[in-house]
Amino acid sequence: MSEIVYHLKEVTKSYNGRRVLQVDSLDIQRGEILAVVGPSGAGKSTLLRLLNFLEPPTSGSIRFLDSEFSPDRTPPLALRRRVTTVFQRPILLNRTVWANVAYGLQLRGQREFTSQVQATLEQVGLTSMAHQRARTLSGGEAQRVALARAMVLQPDVLLLDEPTANLDPYNVGLIEEIVHMLNAKQSASLVLVTHNVFQAKRLAHRVALMLEGQIAEIADVDSFFESPRDPRTAAFARGEMVY
Amino acid sequence: MALSLRVSGMALLVSALIGIPLGAMMGLSRFRGRKLLIALLYTGMGFPPVVVGLFVYLMLSRSGPFGQLNSPLIPELFTAGAMVIAQTIISFPLVAGFTMAAVMGVDPYLRQQVQALGATRWQTVQSVLTEARVGVIVSIIAGFGSIISEVGAVMLVGGNIEGSTRVLTTAIVLETRKGNFELAIALGIILLSISFLTNVAMLRLQGRTFDE
Repeated sequence: MSEIVYHLKEVTKSYNGRRVLQVDSLDIQRGEILAVVGPSGAGKSTLLRLLNFLEPPTSGSIRFLDSEFSPDRTPPLALRRRVTTVFQRPILLNRTVWANVAYGLQLRGQREFTSQVQATLEQVGLTSMAHQRARTLSGGEAQRVALARAMVLQPDVLLLDEPTANLDPYNVGLIEEIVHMLNAKQSASLVLVTHNVFQAKRLAHRVALMLEGQIAEIADVDSFFESPRDPRTAAFARGEMVY
Repeated sequence: MALSLRVSGMALLVSALIGIPLGAMMGLSRFRGRKLLIALLYTGMGFPPVVVGLFVYLMLSRSGPFGQLNSPLIPELFTAGAMVIAQTIISFPLVAGFTMAAVMGVDPYLRQQVQALGATRWQTVQSVLTEARVGVIVSIIAGFGSIISEVGAVMLVGGNIEGSTRVLTTAIVLETRKGNFELAIALGIILLSISFLTNVAMLRLQGRTFDE
């Protein structure tokens, strides 16, 4: 876990003059699961959008896989395609489950993908639903399709924006299992945004607490929960309100 | 009948080629003057065909700005080409307006999510249009409906010349005036049948979306 996949330096993001994110420095290593926790409006999802290059930062630089990007310099498509996101509320295409999972590969001009799609559907336990319309699925099944369509791309980095929010315990367990497997088998780096401190404890190697757009503390999972440096981290881990 | 289909088919094709990209652009992007453009488009959706006919007549007549150019690229008055131009002006605001509404009805987060999967800007637009396909096909149906049954504009710019610019609607007007009601009714039934069959074909294009 030594290779640095992302290096953020003095990155800020503002909307209409209001600063919502300010990260002085952040490294994300290959193969690690970094959980980002914090209250709503802390800038967690904004951070993910910047990491997926869906928006440019207002200032600062993001080094991704040895290439540096700034507000004026956005990454080329090939590099942008090495990272993807699973969102809290997946919007699936009005097609079959199979077509949804194959979609990202088709975007990349791939013509033969039967075995890849089949294997991924097996991993998420949706083989029997392959030909069902995606919009007829339950919330948990839809989220597994969203995971599958990201996994099949074998990204270097997978960003997960509260992927289990509002799901039942069964689907939460399934998705956590898939995330574990994905990290172990594909050695992908995962950045998991979650409200759930217990989930962060179960899944992450490192945990970052974000407050008001800034990283208040980032540490190995054990240090974060057992001996936090910042009193707000301790309070957050105890489930108290932190602002 | 063949001329009706040829003129309206060509006008619809041109309307779709202009209207669908324009509607998609207006539905997906935000730019200065967009609201004014939408207001103009909505006005265009309600254009009285006979006013469009008058406008095209004045533009293409020998003393008009385009008629004076004498260019082989600009059709003369009382030709099928002039009728195509008039029908295109009538139908493209409908195609563009309904496409815009359909695109705006697609969940805005879809764009972000397909971009996150690695879609280019063009692939994103394609995905949104595919998701909005029911509405896009409705836009084409509306565009077709507005011109296949239209009589005022084609009468003005086409002149209802037998064997050259006489289409089903203008033939119905003529036969009714002559008192040939049987022939006028028969032509009316043919016109309705064309409209019905075209709409059935369009519905088939929408696939199973309506069954869900």
